[in-house]
Amino acid sequence: MSDEQTINVRLNGKDRQICPGLSVQALVESLDLNPQLIVVELNREILRRDCFGETLVSEGDQVELVHFVGGG
Amino acid sequence: MTWTDPKSMTENMAIDDSLVMGGRQFGSRLFVGTGKYADNDTMVEAIRASGTAMVTVAVRRVDLDRTKEEGILFHLDPDEFFMLPNTAGCYTAEDAIRYARLARAAGFHEWLKLEVIGDETTLLPDTQATLEAAKVLVDEGFKIMAYTNDDLITALRLEDVGCVAVMPLASPIGSGLGVVNPYFIREIKRRCEVPIIVDAGVGTASDACVTMEQGVDGVLMNTAIAAADDPVGMAHAMRLAIQSGRLAYLAGRMEAREIAVPSSPTRGMLD
Repeated sequence: MSDEQTINVRLNGKDRQICPGLSVQALVESLDLNPQLIVVELNREILRRDCFGETLVSEGDQVELVHFVGGG
Repeated sequence: MTWTDPKSMTENMAIDDSLVMGGRQFGSRLFVGTGKYADNDTMVEAIRASGTAMVTVAVRRVDLDRTKEEGILFHLDPDEFFMLPNTAGCYTAEDAIRYARLARAAGFHEWLKLEVIGDETTLLPDTQATLEAAKVLVDEGFKIMAYTNDDLITALRLEDVGCVAVMPLASPIGSGLGVVNPYFIREIKRRCEVPIIVDAGVGTASDACVTMEQGVDGVLMNTAIAAADDPVGMAHAMRLAIQSGRLAYLAGRMEAREIAVPSSPTRGMLD
């Protein structure tokens, strides 16, 4: 893939190149994650689950995908 | 107090002695963590054996290089266990608030175990930052169970800002040292009106029992069960210890004295 066809994002602390025009919903699904079981933080703001579909990931975005794990 | 048949007392307790906290009723006074288990099947079995009414979970990044099954919701059903997200690992009020909001966005409820650590070696809480975060989160509608030191003044202030429970430590997280200062725990219980849940430091069943004998409302533990050779067996032991300590507290112990007093009659002995 050439540079023109991808955008750079910071995903869970790592630089990634993804296709432009991808929605958060599509990004989550492309990672084989269930959107119902995760929370998305986009540029330090929590993104409501019902906005996943309409929100596009842009160049330079910081995306955090979090979920619950075992803890005390 | 009149003598009550222990069996009926236990039965009555199951009905009458449940804990009400933050407007919610809990059928068990034992709360357990879900971390550090060797495998998920053992975790689920141990949690069931503990009889707990609430389990804690942590908020973390999804590890995109690993299987999605590391998520706790693949193993525990939120309809079966009331899940209490924590802010473990946070060292500032700001971080704890960020994690709290993420936890609430996961969509269960507004309950949170607030924990702000102040020191990496002892994992002792930063009580000032905890208070600061508690104020903000209570204003945002969170029901805060606040992990804190065994310090009365902080406990009172956490209650003042509106926490639904104050959770002083028995001893440092994961230490298994038991209650290092029972007097402070008792004093916190005497002076606060909100439920007091002792969180962290219990090592084995006797520690849990001693903690409940101080009159507190419940105990939260993780490592003591997860790191036992047989976590399921230890979970069962803890369940009994919590009940036993609670019953002993309610029954009222005899006065301790450093002198022997015979239990059998001194009169009527043969020549």
